[in-house]
Amino acid sequence: MPAATLNRESIPLQSIPPQWTHRHLLDLERLTPDEVRLLLDTAALFKEATDGCRSKLGLLAGRTIVNLFFENSTRTRTSFSLAARRLGADVIDFTAASSSLSKGESFIDTAKNLEAMGIDAVVVRHSTPGTPHLLSQYLGVGVINAGDGPHEHPTQGLLDIFSIRERRGDLKGVTVGLVGDIAHSRTARSNLWGLMKLGAHVILCGPPTLVSDRWREIGVEVSHDLDAIIPRCDVLNLLRIQFERQNTRPFPSVREYAHLYAMTGERLRRAKPDLLILAPGPINRGVEVTAEVADCSQSLILDQVTNGLAVRMAVLWLLCGPRGGQASGAADSRQERIV
Amino acid sequence: MATLLIRGGRVIDPAQNIDRTDDVLVRDGLVVSIGHEGGQPLGKADETIEARGLIVAPGLVDMHVHLREPGREEDETIESGTRAAVAGGFTSVACIPNTEPPIDTQAAVEFIHQKAARADTCNVFVVACVSRGREGKELAEIGRLVEAGAVAFSDDGAPVYDAELMRRALEYCRMFDKPILAHEEVLELSRGGVMNEGLVSLLLGLPGMPAAAEDVMIGRDIALTEATGGRLHVMHVSTAGGVALIRDAKRRGARVTAEACPHHFTLTDESLRGFDSNYKMSPPLRTAADVEAIIEGLVDGTIDCIATDHAPHAREKKMLELDRAPFGILGLETAVGLSVTRLVATGRIGWPRLIEAMSTLPSRILGINRGTLRPGAVADITLIDPERSWQVDVGSFHSKSINSPFHGWTLRGRAVATIVGGRIKHRLG
Repeated sequence: MPAATLNRESIPLQSIPPQWTHRHLLDLERLTPDEVRLLLDTAALFKEATDGCRSKLGLLAGRTIVNLFFENSTRTRTSFSLAARRLGADVIDFTAASSSLSKGESFIDTAKNLEAMGIDAVVVRHSTPGTPHLLSQYLGVGVINAGDGPHEHPTQGLLDIFSIRERRGDLKGVTVGLVGDIAHSRTARSNLWGLMKLGAHVILCGPPTLVSDRWREIGVEVSHDLDAIIPRCDVLNLLRIQFERQNTRPFPSVREYAHLYAMTGERLRRAKPDLLILAPGPINRGVEVTAEVADCSQSLILDQVTNGLAVRMAVLWLLCGPRGGQASGAADSRQERIV
Repeated sequence: MATLLIRGGRVIDPAQNIDRTDDVLVRDGLVVSIGHEGGQPLGKADETIEARGLIVAPGLVDMHVHLREPGREEDETIESGTRAAVAGGFTSVACIPNTEPPIDTQAAVEFIHQKAARADTCNVFVVACVSRGREGKELAEIGRLVEAGAVAFSDDGAPVYDAELMRRALEYCRMFDKPILAHEEVLELSRGGVMNEGLVSLLLGLPGMPAAAEDVMIGRDIALTEATGGRLHVMHVSTAGGVALIRDAKRRGARVTAEACPHHFTLTDESLRGFDSNYKMSPPLRTAADVEAIIEGLVDGTIDCIATDHAPHAREKKMLELDRAPFGILGLETAVGLSVTRLVATGRIGWPRLIEAMSTLPSRILGINRGTLRPGAVADITLIDPERSWQVDVGSFHSKSINSPFHGWTLRGRAVATIVGGRIKHRLG
């Protein structure tokens, strides 16, 4: 079922809608529900306008987007690059290993240097929470958080929600279980804010060493028993165990973890028949999810990849596209090319 | 015979139970008297300070200051740090020995004394290392360090991790009647942490330092203190649990004292929401409940004194990602303003208690002959304008560093004159 809330009239692609006022996309926590909806609606428009994210638009021709990745990433970086190119922008990839960071330069100096080269937006991935927020204070260009440690990964949250909305329509009253390593998951932190803002019921599930009871203080449900919540869930988002971020092991063995929390075919049979399965990837098959479930018809794992492009096009356009009313001549000429 | 008359201020000296409007006469660097001398009215002096409307207190003592010299002169020097001290109303500081190299020899103590004498700004009392090289393995030569003038012992920056070494230190220091100043932290629990572990760290995805990491170590050290009869001074208490442990220990008669820092009774972990490394310090900013417990501890005397943990870091070191930026916050130039604003102006404590916490008790804990205006005492005197409202501007700080999150804050109460040994070292119009 296509998203019922899509309103093409309210989001023309000629200029950024006036209700979008942000220069950066740093997290979903501080967006309003309407702003989350606007992002999702815009992404839906882009998906349609690009024939399912396969064709190109010239909306951001002449703009330059920098992927500033201080932490390894293949899928997110590729997705941002492709989204930018689909909009006609130039893309520069800048990774920490090849940069002057290894020569001791601070991340702020690195970013300022890039800015001085006349770029339009920076897509930042960093292992430390808040680094995109700090950059946004030092830079005059748009900053997009592509994952700041375990804090947030707003485009991942948006694409997960987009994928659910594509199948379910309105999120209100939908029960979404986020299962696994919540403690170290930026995907979980972005998902839960976005989902809550749209009226979904969020359950965080995993062992107490990975899922703090304190989460209840912001109004989400916390469970340490996957079997108990499965029958109530409309959606399960299976989060990867981030072995690389652990001080000490939060559970005795992978085998024991999988026994308690892996989404297996057996567990799937106890779920609602139309349960949707998401996984932000990369997935550890056999740990969070078995192959049988990952490849089943209810799995949205491949939808998520396509929808990631749509969401990232929407974000890039909202941050770099022409502002309505005060568009410059250059921006106007770019618009003509689109039509 | 140089004389200085401080006329008509509110003279507060908790050591003598004095709180009255009076004059203070200083001659040759010593306090002559409060009020009349030998029945005669205080007449003309070489210099007179009109102190009407001001608090006249024994010079303030900050028993927890990182002067960074030797080794990290890009952050602070003894010269710049002592200028920051007098600008903040402090006539004495105790400097913490986590320098490079650490202060663990007589020669190193002597170096600090000489540099302080050359700076000629305020008194610098030396805290020396508990362990040789601050490595936590064997005791430093504590007896020889006492001979050189060390007033207390601390491995601050880190806890004395080995419980047996801590026990030995407490036992050994008994014969010199010197306190161990303890940084309380179980490192396994706080490893990798950049802020308090709680709801805010959970939401921000930042690794946390749980209150239990501090409480567990305070509990250990109290037990060791009671077992040995040594003297423990708990530095920078930041948790409600820590306050409760110290309160109980004092009730039992343990020889335990404690300090709290202005940032710990002013800010909470909510401040980290902007990811600003100026809010990163150890122990970290805790919750509103902890802040309230710290204030209650200061009110009822569980926490004896206010110390700043002045921890300068050069600007470029703080302009890093939160996990790479060092722990620490400036304290000397904002301590009076924050304490007056947060504690006195709100009616939580009176002026005599504030002076006790910032002068009388730190002097007593360190065993230094300061912290009173008794006739014959060294004339270290701080004049505070209790009503003066002022805006914090890191650009006007005397410290070499600017890592203060209070930039732009409007505070009430400011030291307007700082007199060290009878000489005016700081004066505001």
